Amino acid sequence: MLAYLLRRLIALVLSLAVASVVIFLVVEVAPGDPASYMLGINAQPDTVAALRSELGLDVPKVQRYLTWVGGMLSGDFGTSYTYRTPISEMIADRLWISLPLALLALLLSTLIAFPAGLIAAARRGQGSDVGVMAATQLGVAIPNFWFAMLLVALFAIKLRWFPSGGFPGWDDPLKALKALTLPAIALALPQAAILTRVMRSSLIDIMGEDFMRTARAKGLSRRQALWHHGVRNALIPVLTIIGLQFSFLLAGAIIIEQVFFLPGLGRLVFQSITQRDLIVVESVVMLLVFAVITVNFAVDMAYAIADPRLRRRA
Amino acid sequence: MTGPLLDIRDLSVAIKGTQILRDVSLKIEEGEIVALTGESGSGKSMTALATIGLLPQSVEVSGHLVLDGQDLGTLSERQLCDIRGRAIGMVFQEPMTALNPVQTIGAQVAETILIHTKTTRKEAEIRARTVLERVGLPADRFPLGRYPHELSGGQRQRVVIAMAIALRPRLLIADEPTTALDVTTQAQILELLRDLTRTEGMGLMMITHDLAVVSDLADRIAVMKNGEIVEQAPTRQLFEQMSHPYTKALFEASQHQADLPQAQCAPPLLRVQDVARDYPLPRRHPFAKRPYFRAVKGVRFDINHGERVGLVGESGCGKSTLTRAILGLDPVSAGQITLDGDPVYSSGQPNPMVQRQIQVVFQDPYGSFNPRHTVARLITEPFHLLPDPPQGAARSDAIAEALTAVGLSPDDAAKYPHAFSGGQRQRLAIARALIIKPKLIVFDEAVSALDVRVRAQILDLMADLSRHYGLAYLFISHDLGVVRSITDRVLVMQHGAIVEQGKTAEVFEHPNHPYTRALMDAAPKLPRIGGNGA
Repeated sequence: MLAYLLRRLIALVLSLAVASVVIFLVVEVAPGDPASYMLGINAQPDTVAALRSELGLDVPKVQRYLTWVGGMLSGDFGTSYTYRTPISEMIADRLWISLPLALLALLLSTLIAFPAGLIAAARRGQGSDVGVMAATQLGVAIPNFWFAMLLVALFAIKLRWFPSGGFPGWDDPLKALKALTLPAIALALPQAAILTRVMRSSLIDIMGEDFMRTARAKGLSRRQALWHHGVRNALIPVLTIIGLQFSFLLAGAIIIEQVFFLPGLGRLVFQSITQRDLIVVESVVMLLVFAVITVNFAVDMAYAIADPRLRRRA
Repeated sequence: MTGPLLDIRDLSVAIKGTQILRDVSLKIEEGEIVALTGESGSGKSMTALATIGLLPQSVEVSGHLVLDGQDLGTLSERQLCDIRGRAIGMVFQEPMTALNPVQTIGAQVAETILIHTKTTRKEAEIRARTVLERVGLPADRFPLGRYPHELSGGQRQRVVIAMAIALRPRLLIADEPTTALDVTTQAQILELLRDLTRTEGMGLMMITHDLAVVSDLADRIAVMKNGEIVEQAPTRQLFEQMSHPYTKALFEASQHQADLPQAQCAPPLLRVQDVARDYPLPRRHPFAKRPYFRAVKGVRFDINHGERVGLVGESGCGKSTLTRAILGLDPVSAGQITLDGDPVYSSGQPNPMVQRQIQVVFQDPYGSFNPRHTVARLITEPFHLLPDPPQGAARSDAIAEALTAVGLSPDDAAKYPHAFSGGQRQRLAIARALIIKPKLIVFDEAVSALDVRVRAQILDLMADLSRHYGLAYLFISHDLGVVRSITDRVLVMQHGAIVEQGKTAEVFEHPNHPYTRALMDAAPKLPRIGGNGA
């Protein structure tokens, strides 16, 4: 188990190092100089040069890379070209919205998908299975921004249970949660539909296994066998999908953030790209990579907990 | 008590109008071992599943199943759950997959106890420990916290048996419990089952396709065919009388001896010279030196032109590794393999000149064909090894010839594999090997999955082909009886090395190496009585 953990940790660090180099190179070779973009087309060359040196763009690339990575390691992400504020602060503000939103959406989708997948698998071919499968079909097909607008029309405008958008901050946690509820539901819907289908097919595969028959021969009822022997074995593919979904929810909520006027990470990336605020782009993308890799690491650990056979393997 | 322990009367089972079992009647007494035998699809397993009440939901059942005076047919599903595991225990064929991979063996054995009795987990674990000891898994080597993947097949089967007998059921059903195991392990498991039945006074319903396995285990044998019991009698009487022709046919096929052509004194075709093969193991920690496992150690033998050579040994002995090296699928770590003087693997890749001279037939006649290809396409696959494969009429002629050679019709070329039975598919596999006229065919457990009568036919076909085409065979099998019937010479492999080799008849009559002797002793034998079983 320890060797497995160590191996995964080394893989994690290596992936981060490779990712940082790739991100730095990609952003550097992108056309467009931030200094001339910020000063406009009519700027004098010497003004641009002055700004370039102020922004630290005139030093060699290797040195800039090292400064960037070194800064990040000590928690200093640099200063935004556009807003002239520390990037760490900007990211922290946004993260306080994006992270709870992603977690809430993931929680919702898991809470829907587990029972739904279990019921569909246990009653395969019966009415409830057909119903669940039809619902997941719909869940995958409906665009979530449109679904978000329906939610706003019903719950915010008509019933006035939830605000229609914006974020009041975490001073009043209840208000903050209320503001995140509708976006979380909109984000969770397609994820829940996918997860339900994975859960169902994974369970159905497991139900055909020999050890399920052994469990029945011991005297377990169908339901007990499914619960005691099926679920944990069916978890591996489900965990994989949950890991992928979390990474997606963290950064991919950009459209939903737009619909609900939430100043989240997705919007920050979008704005920074349009304003050529390269160092913000670099830092946020690096942060997202970090999040994805850490989540994958957590998923790997969860695999090992769910399946003892993996603890031994490389 | 009065009456038998288990009394099956006129049991019939149908699935969607198709009759699966027809008026099956069978009695098992306390402490008695009754074997159900017959070929695949004869209804053996269905009878077992009906007894334990685990038939698929859509079947129609009629007749009576009485256990200890209680008619199981009248019970609700809940009552049946109570019977299963407590009054009837069941052991299945595949020990590798019959256990839940994510639960410890202790938890799985204790579960049987926890479901049926009001005990604490702690007490259940103590009882599980006792049961595991009983089936030969002592505490010091097999603590309750072991997981199934840490055990061998035979050890897993012991765990499955422990689960089945944990509550001392009245009846134990064992469905092909040793089919997936090596002969020495098989002998141990059979001994354990016999011992449990005698000392615990259980009834044992033993299901097997292998007459030899039950010949000295069962008190009575029932022979099934097409869902009916065609003959049942005390074991000795059954082998002496064999009143039903089907029983006789099974018996004869089980000890079928293929009529081999004289082995020629020909020059060596395949030379395996001091071959070794290492496999890398996972490092103990990321900076450790990588350890290696030597799967094949200094193996040396020849196969002459037209000679049939057998390779026997138990799982993990290195047979498969050696086979892969001979087929040129893997490089060797040391030594050399040549065919007619040319290396099978040279400068980092298989040598196509040699590959077309060696073909292979695998065990599983179902898994080795792409179901979406026609027979013509499937059996011409080896043509890619030829520099200019035959086209048009030449290609059709080659297909027709290969199909005719294996006893199929040239018209079968347009069909898909699902249209063929297991035996016919194995004929297709042989046709695929034959089509580019190789000099050596490797049969890797090629008849192990076949019923005895089909197996006898395929063995005859192999003998015929060897005679016609002067083919040499390397015949790999765990079934000593089959090896004896089809080979001139035999190699015995243990722990990656060849421990004994010689003329098949001599090795079988006078094994020298202790391991060979252990193998021969463990192999189940048919009694030398009845029929033509001399």
